[in-house]
Amino acid sequence: MLLDVRNVTKSFAGADGPVPVLAGVDMALDLGQTLSLQGESGSGKSTLMHIVGALDTADSGEILFDGRDIAALDEAGRAALRRSEVGVIFQQFNLIPSLDVTENIRFQARLAGREDPAGVAHLIEVLGLGPHARKYPEQLSGGQQQRVAIARALAVRPRLILADEPTGNLDEATAAEVLAQMLALVADTGAALMVVTHSPAVAARMDRQLHLRAGRLA
Amino acid sequence: MSVRWVLILLLWTQGALAQGFAGLGSGADGFAVPRPDPVFDFPADHGPHPDYRIEWWYLTANLAAEDGTEYGLQWTLFRSALAPGEAPGWTSPQVWFSHAAVTTPGAHHVAERFARGGIGQAGVTAEPFNAWIDDWQMAGETLDTLDLSASGAAFRYDMRLEAEGPLVFHGDGGFSVKSAEGQASYYYSQPFYRIEGTLDLPEGPVAVSGSAWLDREWSSQPLAETQSGWDWFSLSLDGGAKLMGFLLRQTDGSSYSSATWIGPDGATQAYGDGAFAAKPLEVAEVAGRQIPVRWAVSLPDKGVAVTVEAMNRDAWMDLSIPYWEGPVRVSGSHAGRGYLEMTGYE
Amino acid sequence: MTRACLQALWSHWRRNPLQLFTFLAGLALATALWSGVQAINAEARASYDAAATTLGEGRFDQVLPKAGEGFAQEVYVDLRRAGWQVSPVVEGRLRLDDGAVRVIGLDPLTTPGALSPVAGTRDIDLSGFLTVGVLFADVATAARLADLPQEVVVDASVAPDTVLTDVGVAQRLLERPGTLSRLIVAPEQPMGLLPLADVAPGLMRVAAQGSSDVGQLTDSFHLNLTAFGLLSFAVGIFIVHGTIGLVFEQRRGMVRTLRTLGVPLRRLMGLMAAELLALSLVAGMIGVVLGYIVAALLLPDVAATLEGLYGAQVAGGLQLRPVWWLSGLGIAVLGAGLAGAGALWRIARMPILASARPRAWAMVAGRGRQVQGAVAVVLLALAAVIGALDLGLLASFVLLGCLMIGAALALPLIVGAVLALGQARARGVISGWFWADTRQQLPGLSLALMALLLAMAANVGVSTMVSSFRLTFVDFLDQRLFADAYVRGIDRDQMPGVEAYLIAQGYDVLPLLSVDTRLAGVPSELMGARVGPAYARNWSFVDAGPDAWAQVAAGEAVIANEQLVRRAGLWLGDALDIGDGLRLPLVGVYGDYGNPVGQAIVAETLFTSLFPEEAPRQFGVLGAPAEDLRADLGAEFGVPSSSVVDQAAVKAFSLGIFERTFTVTAALNVLTLAVAGFAILMSLLTLSAIRLPQLAPVWAMGLTRGTLARIDLLRALVLAALTAVLALPLGLALAWVLLAVVNVQAFGWRLPMYLFPLDYARLGVLTLAAAGLAALWPAFRMARTPVSQLLGVFANER
Repeated sequence: MLLDVRNVTKSFAGADGPVPVLAGVDMALDLGQTLSLQGESGSGKSTLMHIVGALDTADSGEILFDGRDIAALDEAGRAALRRSEVGVIFQQFNLIPSLDVTENIRFQARLAGREDPAGVAHLIEVLGLGPHARKYPEQLSGGQQQRVAIARALAVRPRLILADEPTGNLDEATAAEVLAQMLALVADTGAALMVVTHSPAVAARMDRQLHLRAGRLA
Repeated sequence: MSVRWVLILLLWTQGALAQGFAGLGSGADGFAVPRPDPVFDFPADHGPHPDYRIEWWYLTANLAAEDGTEYGLQWTLFRSALAPGEAPGWTSPQVWFSHAAVTTPGAHHVAERFARGGIGQAGVTAEPFNAWIDDWQMAGETLDTLDLSASGAAFRYDMRLEAEGPLVFHGDGGFSVKSAEGQASYYYSQPFYRIEGTLDLPEGPVAVSGSAWLDREWSSQPLAETQSGWDWFSLSLDGGAKLMGFLLRQTDGSSYSSATWIGPDGATQAYGDGAFAAKPLEVAEVAGRQIPVRWAVSLPDKGVAVTVEAMNRDAWMDLSIPYWEGPVRVSGSHAGRGYLEMTGYE
Repeated sequence: MTRACLQALWSHWRRNPLQLFTFLAGLALATALWSGVQAINAEARASYDAAATTLGEGRFDQVLPKAGEGFAQEVYVDLRRAGWQVSPVVEGRLRLDDGAVRVIGLDPLTTPGALSPVAGTRDIDLSGFLTVGVLFADVATAARLADLPQEVVVDASVAPDTVLTDVGVAQRLLERPGTLSRLIVAPEQPMGLLPLADVAPGLMRVAAQGSSDVGQLTDSFHLNLTAFGLLSFAVGIFIVHGTIGLVFEQRRGMVRTLRTLGVPLRRLMGLMAAELLALSLVAGMIGVVLGYIVAALLLPDVAATLEGLYGAQVAGGLQLRPVWWLSGLGIAVLGAGLAGAGALWRIARMPILASARPRAWAMVAGRGRQVQGAVAVVLLALAAVIGALDLGLLASFVLLGCLMIGAALALPLIVGAVLALGQARARGVISGWFWADTRQQLPGLSLALMALLLAMAANVGVSTMVSSFRLTFVDFLDQRLFADAYVRGIDRDQMPGVEAYLIAQGYDVLPLLSVDTRLAGVPSELMGARVGPAYARNWSFVDAGPDAWAQVAAGEAVIANEQLVRRAGLWLGDALDIGDGLRLPLVGVYGDYGNPVGQAIVAETLFTSLFPEEAPRQFGVLGAPAEDLRADLGAEFGVPSSSVVDQAAVKAFSLGIFERTFTVTAALNVLTLAVAGFAILMSLLTLSAIRLPQLAPVWAMGLTRGTLARIDLLRALVLAALTAVLALPLGLALAWVLLAVVNVQAFGWRLPMYLFPLDYARLGVLTLAAAGLAALWPAFRMARTPVSQLLGVFANER
């Protein structure tokens, strides 16, 4: 099992004391599997994704990544895990504005020390980014930016790919196209994919659909 | 420390002379004030009156060389008291300063001296008469026969004066009113001097002779605060009569006039405000200022309607207190020579 | 509505107290710098004047007693009555509980020229000065005089340990009634004067020292300090501009909202302008007080200057004068207005529904950058043209302005090019991102970097100028005053006896003869010197042939100062007519800083053959401590102690002046750099909000916040280092303009420029330290950024 989440809790500081967001969540995800996470705004679905991606920490519980408990890692350890094992695709501000498209795609792979020029070239071609390879993020449309984010996430060849509303800022047609491309490429790599979404249509494309309600998975 | 600064300070502390010879109008704190109906005591009154704020011995002369060239000469000793009375040595509150000038048709030479009272550097004694500052001196057994000498970097003069007439008292027996508010000074003159001697000029020595006029005046607040300057005329007319007249210019543009008609025998007739008139006919730029250099002067009561014109327009006294003072020619109903002093043209 | 709008505008400050602080502090610091420099400049001028007065006592001829220390006051009156225009001086030591002070009594009515600093004080009651007595002294000395009955007036222009007062008061203080020490001879004397010996046989006249006038040197120094004041102001304006621009930028959202709610643009602009005015007045007031404190702390007489702050009117001390307040407030309002006008204009042109988010700093400013580059090139070219031509003093200041503004405008372009080069050369992924990201921060930081550039360049320039000035002056003193003691101002008839006596004592005696004349049509001083090895050892030449001194000693050649040679259009090898048709080859040209007239030196023997009637005016004595000479000559010849001048004391006095100046300039260096550092801090803090979206993806991809913070710190240091590297040549150019252009235009001679690499290194370190300190707090905040804030960047809610 690539990812095994056991009894994870998390609360945030509110005006009248701590507000529980995750109240004992259990979940598992293996390589090659895809999973969608749905829920109301504020239901904690993004928080759960951040915790499994070593972007944030849980208050209690175990998060076993390939059998290792990432809850025990310090900041440097979590950064190293993110660097080499996790590809993230967010709704917005995925890209480093001072770097061009190619540099953005290569950035994390180079950080992880496993750059593969042929693989990058392939991703650029498949995602239709060839004409934009030397452009800067601010010169791209929203769909193009998300494609670059996908390419960057895949260029690392991570075992876990996390996507938080990856098509939330895109129009319907573009969203469908970007989603299709993402799913196809993820399938090629055999990584595990976890998608946080509001959209039932997006969720329906995943192997499993989970719902977060009142801090628990249903 | 510049001399000019000292003088400005001096005048400021007195609240006087800040605009040339004008604003002598501040209060007379502690100083004696002239009273009407004076009784003079000569020769003592030829000497200093340290209880009064300011006093002068003011000599002007119209001179001519044997070749007919005309010259003017001025020698003035001022006494200015920082406080009334006298004290010995450096603590004396009396400050003395003096101006000397020679006017030629083409040049105007001036010099000034400063001295502290109390140490003997300057002073006046009445009997025998001696008025001195440094080596400048006007002295004689009495006021009737005087030797006068002074020198600057470019001139020197040595003169002998002899009085040929009596003392003359201005205003009401020597009580000369200077404004409608009643400011006044003690003022008398000896306008009947014969003068002769030598002028040492850059061109060489010149023997000269002519007539001279000595003014004696002292007061503690002779001018009103609204008066900005004066134009003072002393004219010796052909035929022996003389005319002293002055305008005290008010800051509002009007003026206060006073005059004394002096007959050839020394008999005087005093005129109050309005009888004497003087109007500028021509203004010239002198030392960067607009100075009247030709005047229409009249005293209708005596049939005087004359033009008074500067002999040398550039008779500017470029001293710590700058003013214009020089010889003039008189023409019109009467002819003659004289002196003109104009202050307050800043 | 106005009330509601003001509340809304004010709420911004309430929610961002740090911004309010930086705004007020930035403006206050700029104002403080300006008014502090103004005050220090004025104080420095006063202290130089005091020094010049003390050194310049030799400007007038003096009459001294032939023997002994004093003479009767009646002699003075006799001389005056003989027409001599002389002014009395009594001087002596007055014992106080804590040592003695030198009391100088003058007569203000007869003192020639601006000899006494008392002239600078206006509010003195002359009758008080002449009768009761007023004592003038510097702050330190004044404090020691409190027990005396006389009124004490503090006047910084009086030399240390000296009291100036009226001659009569001085006689009483010194208990020497009726006695004078010396007389000052006015330059203008009347015609037909009797000889001194006929009037006052016990006195002798001593000629003025003349050519050692340092007045022009110090004038030149004042001019340069003024230039420094202007530069400090420029630095300040840059900072103010940066602050206001950023604050307005951040309130775009609020402006949009208020306008959407129906507030007329005109009303809003008026309110914001009024707000700006009010804040700048507050900042200006704080700045004036700060500047005053800075000035007071930098000057040694802190205690008394603080009196001024609390209202005590101490004449001559540092005071908070109305003109000070007004100029300080004026600068604050003007600076804020200049900066605010641009920001307001941008707000006015902003469409009502424009993005409320602060404008992202564009990677490529495109057209704006081209314009900026073109302006920079034009200004620098203009500076070069003015530098090459000879257009007068005003043009020299224009040159200074063109150079500094042109360089400041060029800075972001040059730094940008260097960063691009760095990016192209970068191998590692993080270094590549580092260079790219630094380039991206550049537009937001460029104003602060310009301020840093100007601050460091001004410091390099002024340090170079001051140090060059000092070296030149010390050289000049060493050259002129190489003997251990000088004997001067003694009776002519005594000179041969004194000389023979000194030689018999085994001292090396160097008589100096001189006569005022015209050489090659230039008013000059011809000097005769007994040329010995000491001259060759100590004198330096601007240009000289081989064995110049040997040829001069042999009476076959002449040397002359730069003033004479340049005015007469001569140079080495030309012949100079030194009188009686004697033409000698010119074999040496020496610098003679501050001397208004020409000067030429020939051998003593030649001089005496030309002017047999001239006796030496002074002796230099080698190998003799001044103290010993004083005792010997006093006992043997009755020479007054004031006639023996201790070379070491004169030098120490002059150098003491420089020490004070160095303290001031060093403190100003630190201060300007601190202000520039503050500008960097502010820019970084403001940028940090905008930077979050730029850093969040990098963090998400596996860099820790600590690493990002360290990289940010490094970035500030790299930018500061680049700026410092560029500031060095700019500072040197500035120094060159001050020394070789401004000075030449103002005074007609050039000060040589020396380089001080150690100083520059120290300044560079200081600059880096300023930038590093400024970046420390933003970096610390970066390292402590909550994860939720970073993650928030990616979330939908923005």
